[in-house]
Amino acid sequence: MTPVLQTRNLSKRFGGFFASKDVSLSIEPGARHALIGPNGAGKTTLINLLTGFLEPSAGEVFLKGEDVTRLAQHQRVKRGLVRTFQINRLFAEMTVLESVTLSVCERLGLGWNWWRPVGDHTAAIDEAAELLATLRLLDVAHTQTRSLAYGRQRMIEIALALAAKPQVLLLDEPAAGVPTDESRELFETIAQLPREVTIVLIEHDMDLVFRFAERISVLVGGALLTEDLPEVIARDRRVREVYLGEALDG
Amino acid sequence: MTIIFDGLAAGMLLFLISVGLSVTLGLMNFVNLAHGAFAMLGGYTCALLLSRLGVPFLLAAPAAAATAALAGIILERTLYRRLYAATHLDQVLFSIGLIFMSISTAHYFFGATQQAFVLPDFLKGQINLPGLDVGIYRLFLIVVGLILAVGLQWMVSHTRFGAELRAAVDNPRAARGLGINVDRVFTLAFALGSGLAGLGGALGIEMLGLDPGFPVKYIVYFLIVVAVGGSGNIKGSLLASLMLGLFDVAGKYYLPQVGAFVIYAVMVVMLIVRPQGLFGRAAAK
Amino acid sequence: MTPVKLDLSPLRRAAAWHWAEYAFWLLPLVAYFVFPKNLALLSQIAITALFCLSLDLILGYAGIVSLGHAAFFGLGAYAAGLMAKYGWGDPLLGLAGAALAAAAAGFLTSFLVLRGADLTRLMVTLGVSMMLYEAANKLTDFTGGVDGLQGVDIQPVLGMFSFDLYGKTAYWYSVAVLFLMFWVARRLVHSPFGLSLRGIRQNVGRMPAIGAPVNARLVAAYTIGAAYAGVAGALLTQTTQFVSLDVMAFSRSAELLLILVLGGTGSLYGALIGTMVFMAAHHFLSDINPQYWQFWLGAALVLIVLFARDGIMGLLRKLSAPARTPS
Repeated sequence: MTPVLQTRNLSKRFGGFFASKDVSLSIEPGARHALIGPNGAGKTTLINLLTGFLEPSAGEVFLKGEDVTRLAQHQRVKRGLVRTFQINRLFAEMTVLESVTLSVCERLGLGWNWWRPVGDHTAAIDEAAELLATLRLLDVAHTQTRSLAYGRQRMIEIALALAAKPQVLLLDEPAAGVPTDESRELFETIAQLPREVTIVLIEHDMDLVFRFAERISVLVGGALLTEDLPEVIARDRRVREVYLGEALDG
Repeated sequence: MTIIFDGLAAGMLLFLISVGLSVTLGLMNFVNLAHGAFAMLGGYTCALLLSRLGVPFLLAAPAAAATAALAGIILERTLYRRLYAATHLDQVLFSIGLIFMSISTAHYFFGATQQAFVLPDFLKGQINLPGLDVGIYRLFLIVVGLILAVGLQWMVSHTRFGAELRAAVDNPRAARGLGINVDRVFTLAFALGSGLAGLGGALGIEMLGLDPGFPVKYIVYFLIVVAVGGSGNIKGSLLASLMLGLFDVAGKYYLPQVGAFVIYAVMVVMLIVRPQGLFGRAAAK
Repeated sequence: MTPVKLDLSPLRRAAAWHWAEYAFWLLPLVAYFVFPKNLALLSQIAITALFCLSLDLILGYAGIVSLGHAAFFGLGAYAAGLMAKYGWGDPLLGLAGAALAAAAAGFLTSFLVLRGADLTRLMVTLGVSMMLYEAANKLTDFTGGVDGLQGVDIQPVLGMFSFDLYGKTAYWYSVAVLFLMFWVARRLVHSPFGLSLRGIRQNVGRMPAIGAPVNARLVAAYTIGAAYAGVAGALLTQTTQFVSLDVMAFSRSAELLLILVLGGTGSLYGALIGTMVFMAAHHFLSDINPQYWQFWLGAALVLIVLFARDGIMGLLRKLSAPARTPS
């Protein structure tokens, strides 16, 4: 099976410092894949390189076999590679329904339509409303994003990405800063996503990672240390040293 | 050769006026379009002291600088400070408001005409060397400019205030943690910049002219100095000012029909090609 | 699939006309009968309102700051003036020519403007407008330089309504063009394209991540804004049959920013109401003393920035919907 997402010797250098170093990664369709590593291991940098947020110093990115290394962010989104951000990037003054409708409109290619009001694009609005229903956000549909509690805002961060109908969804610490009970609910929602959506996850909470992930890659100092099944990773001595050891001691 | 001297002298004036903007805009990141108003204030103060009160020129010019610095302190304490964290658009609107107010105030008190300016005797005339006529006043401007540039450079890199300014601009929060009175440092930096602008305005009456439109007329010149010279970079500002002065004087002499067009074009190209001249925080070294 | 139980009408009907809007557009009609002697001023208001609308599109909606928007106004003014001078005096043709010229300039300069952050944008727009000003100033054979462009001969509108001494035709012509262009702008800001511009202004970093080509959208918005400004400039030329150099002056750009901020950015009616308030104040106060006027103008700008950043529209919104404002 062709990997849905693949990198070959991906590197990013800032001056003399390698934020990513020779990362070759291969992710199968439908995977539930976690990226772990200590702070500063280059996890977010890797996501930035995959999505085109940063340009690599060397190496390539392939999406469904196509070389997308030179494509802009929005072109990769059009091809099904969508991300969320570690720090919310939302539309503060829009209502929740408006925000998600905006994302749906972009996916449907309506973004250049400058004549018919948004309100007349009923298909887009209905789709946005359905998504809100799935994510249990209907009660705040007409509320301004900025006036929501942080946990709900975190959910909208994901809703905006889902509205783009990802084939590969990159989640950058989706539960960061969310209270424990709410983060459970958030992960239940993520776990219920259909298998057509491949998920790559960065997460610090090892409980959540081992419950969710079917494969784990460990990054250290920008480079890939190892990649395997969760139970193998949990037993790996090197991983325990650089990561789990640190977490256990800390 | 005369053109070169004229250009250098004009450049020195630009340097005096712009170096303060290079600190507020380049380092403190405040878009103060009204910077020229401080130069105008200095100019009018000097003109007034000379013509009405008969104060000697060598006293009137520093007094003009002091007046502009004082105005800088007052405005910084009362108004500018509130907008350090505002958007650039807000800062622009605010400083345009100040420009309007300064223009109409100048208009009200002094009328729309150019201020007459008579050089003191010892600065009149020329030194005639073989093949080279140098206006004494031009020479005076160049010497004063150089002395101040060296002095500023020394102050920023060798005094306690310079170190505090660099720290405060680099990271206000950390500087506060180190016990630096950031508010006071900013006020002083602002006052210094305004004062130098005032001095430049006073010394520049003869070359740049002085009328109520002054703050708008030279806005682009000041911005170019910052854009080309780099933020808060004294050496850079000096070089940029001198180049600009030379280009401007030479351009007006040789290609009058093109006018200031070239200068504006240079600024736009500069901003496109080398935006780090503006944003690269080379810091005052 | 479970049917969604949600009242979608707030978004579905967001673009519907409010009764206050109908009332607002009766004002030009009322003004015509109440101030029959001030038609020249009223035309000026309509033209400035259109110009302000154009800045609102690029600043209020697309979030592009500009210190040189008068460049496009001036281009439109000269384009229409030159067309009329050289025999193409049909007003509507003039508007089209002006819109094209300004749009072309907007399109070309948008690539310069969009490269930088706010500060660079401010300086680049200022620099570009200064260049055009100098060009117009020096190309005296072409533009008349500081003496202005003479000999602008405008034919009757639609071949039927010639421009009369009382300014009746000029007034209705300006109001009609303003209304049509406003109507189009209103469609535009309520469309998915308009929504995407709001998205860019509110969070430019997110837009590419939901698949929107940000730069292309901004280029389009800037070009449209420029075209609008060009039409406003052309209207001024056609209704006054003259082009003066100060159509491109920095003070015009600065004043326009003030008007928009006074009315409230990011709201089409803010642009219109701001213009009305500003022009009326200008008319009454500058008669007393032009210098005082500029002083108070500056003071008003300082106060607005410090205390009333949302302008008149912000105030109206607070008055009309105190219950909906989140505490």
